[in-house]
Amino acid sequence: MTDMRTPLNIVRGLGSAKEGTDHFWKQRLTAVANVFLISFFVILVISMQGSTHGELIETLRNPLVSIVLLLVILSGVFHMKLGMQVIIEDYVHGEGIKFLSLMANTFFCVFIGFGCIFAVLKIGFGG
Amino acid sequence: MSNADLRGNRPLSPHLQIYKPILTMVMSILHRITGAALYFGTLLLAWWLIAAAAGPSYFDFVNGLYGSILGQLVLFGFTWALVHHMLGGLRHFIWDMGAGFGTQAREWLAKATIIGSVALTLILWVIGYAVR
Repeated sequence: MTDMRTPLNIVRGLGSAKEGTDHFWKQRLTAVANVFLISFFVILVISMQGSTHGELIETLRNPLVSIVLLLVILSGVFHMKLGMQVIIEDYVHGEGIKFLSLMANTFFCVFIGFGCIFAVLKIGFGG
Repeated sequence: MSNADLRGNRPLSPHLQIYKPILTMVMSILHRITGAALYFGTLLLAWWLIAAAAGPSYFDFVNGLYGSILGQLVLFGFTWALVHHMLGGLRHFIWDMGAGFGTQAREWLAKATIIGSVALTLILWVIGYAVR
């Protein structure tokens, strides 16, 4: 036995994972951002109802729209990565499959995030 | 005492099927389900944005799918999940401030979440069709 610390001592401060409330705080931070960002996105989609491809591209080329849309993607993807992580940790108990699920979660979120960001940037830069 | 002893044959706490479903509990479960649904729903957002970047013909194809009856149904569900998850999140902000834990307050918040999410979704779709 190499660890002489008591269980209480191990979880004091930032806890056994040494992350403290980091996950909770990032989850709430992106949640607050999402209230405004997703509302913007919903209004944008509604305002684009019935418009052609050309009209949509013209709107998305507005730098302000592009920038806010990038923030929507960034905050949204970060938030959903944190949320799915909690769901996996709650329901997936086998160490191996949990590990793989958590990795798949990160890969999926990064893929979605970069896919969306690439599309917005391509349109924004006029590609 | 080893870990094996700690995890011995002790009684387990009752799980979901034991409890009568009450509104606050259903809202909690719905918050998680809508969150998970939105997670996979982002595929639709990514597809739509990438289609827009790809060009008019491919965009019209994807837009056509989203505009079909099935597509509209899925997007309606997407909208509700989004609104419901957001209202549920606002409820969590109230709780984070240490408020809204009383019996009446939490019942009111649970009702406001479900009534608000359905109403707001319908309003958004009415506006969506109106500006078309």
